[in-house]
Amino acid sequence: MSPKRQSLLPFFLILPAVIFFLIFFALPLISGIQTAFTTPEGELTLANFEKIYGKSFIKAVFNTLSLVAIIIPIQLALALVIALLVNTRLFGTSKFLFICAIPIALSEIVAGIIWLSIFTEKGYLNVMLHTLGFLKQPTIYLSYEKPATLFMTIALTEIWRATAIVMLIILPGLQMIHKDYFDTADIFGASRLQKLRYVTLPMLKPTIRTSLIIRTVLAFQMFAPVLVLAGRAFPVLASETYRIQFFTRNIHLAAAYALIIMVISTAFVLFYMRSLRTRWSA
Amino acid sequence: MKKQEVICYIAMVIISLFVLVPIILITIGTFTPRLELYKWPRGLIPSRFTSDSFISFAQSYGVMNGLKNSITVAVLTVIFSLLIGIPAGYSLSRFKFKGKSLFTVGVLTTRMFPIAILAVPLVKIYMGLGIYDSILGVAFIHTIFAFPFAILISHSIFASVPREFEEVAMVLGCSRLGAFRRTTLPLVAPGIAAIAIFAFIISWNEVFAATLLTLHNRTLPALIVARLEATTLDFLFASAFFMLVPCLVFIFIIRKRLLRMWGIILR
Repeated sequence: MSPKRQSLLPFFLILPAVIFFLIFFALPLISGIQTAFTTPEGELTLANFEKIYGKSFIKAVFNTLSLVAIIIPIQLALALVIALLVNTRLFGTSKFLFICAIPIALSEIVAGIIWLSIFTEKGYLNVMLHTLGFLKQPTIYLSYEKPATLFMTIALTEIWRATAIVMLIILPGLQMIHKDYFDTADIFGASRLQKLRYVTLPMLKPTIRTSLIIRTVLAFQMFAPVLVLAGRAFPVLASETYRIQFFTRNIHLAAAYALIIMVISTAFVLFYMRSLRTRWSA
Repeated sequence: MKKQEVICYIAMVIISLFVLVPIILITIGTFTPRLELYKWPRGLIPSRFTSDSFISFAQSYGVMNGLKNSITVAVLTVIFSLLIGIPAGYSLSRFKFKGKSLFTVGVLTTRMFPIAILAVPLVKIYMGLGIYDSILGVAFIHTIFAFPFAILISHSIFASVPREFEEVAMVLGCSRLGAFRRTTLPLVAPGIAAIAIFAFIISWNEVFAATLLTLHNRTLPALIVARLEATTLDFLFASAFFMLVPCLVFIFIIRKRLLRMWGIILR
């Protein structure tokens, strides 16, 4: 083997990944931007954005952002609680960890249907309330007339499904914090809460940032639970993109929608990067 | 037992129930007689357990085809992700080269975009390439989801195997490929199996891109989305249960590696 070939080997090995990345990530990204700003005839235009701007667009943006604003703080807190519980290393914590990790393997659509079985008219929530004697006739939760209830069921489904993702990012970060920090805090007589506030949380900042980025980005492509639980009654950005693509068959409008999602989600990523900057960050 | 420990156990039980009860309920729902799902009042436990909904789901039009498509797409995604990810992960773990950090940043960047949304422009590109509404097209976009994981995880798995093993094998007369095959590969095989399972789950579960990029050759999740507005509860429950079971089995198999794998991805 000649020295020349040897030195090319690492590039040769990453070449498939680079080619794949360019064709299926970079190319659609560029093509998407171009499609969003052109007419079917190929002229440059802003008309696509004007066309999608309207009542349902504002509703979709509002709904998506409110879901993000409610779901993500709750998930972060719950994930932190689970991670701290696992880290107590009490008897049975490894089984507890596995149970909490299960939803990570479940599809969005499965999660949606599971919670549909609970919130549908003759679903398990009403059945349980009836069995306990709180209720004679079934209450309808998933209805066009109850946007607040729809919002809560979708949020609950997402919290149930995706807290595992956040937790599995937080937990290794928590376990990487060196024991010495806690020992020192103990010597100075810090209480449990003080240790959480002044040791754990600051040390977890880079991990929290990563989990926020990944989770928020995923929230912008959230799609199936909304469709299962609310149909068209609760538009979010991803479900509207799907609707436009399928019902108008106008790829330019759909691309404009997709571009808006990309821009909003990137804005969030940049915001997290700036506001949670740390000494340790890579 | 200390008071604090009791509080911890209570919290663990409550959270475990929150995760498990819905899964138990959908299982009960799947094996409840179909008509009972629409009856009122009805009890939590059905009058009898039956696999009617399950059988009628399996026999309904398009489901077997969707299952075949889902499995094919997932297997292709596994193959592509491993073929692309393992060489790249190996390269990152064994060599220093120009552009290495740029490449790593590029891989990490994919996490900062809602990739599923790329399915929209891909519709146009796929039509041009003639792979719109094809198994291959869906497998390609699922590979984009899965291969960054494959690179990052295999990178760290290879980094944990000393390169001296390979060097010794090469001194003893193996080619580089032979040395890799005889020393490193057997050691990393379980890790690679975990990557394969992970890629399979990602593809098996993916909804948005599969829905947008197919019309007739739908995967199971895309099929369910297409049927949403004109279907019955028993079909939906059975489909959810059917999608759920392989995932539960797989996650049980890789449970020991789960935490390590996610620990790697977080960096």
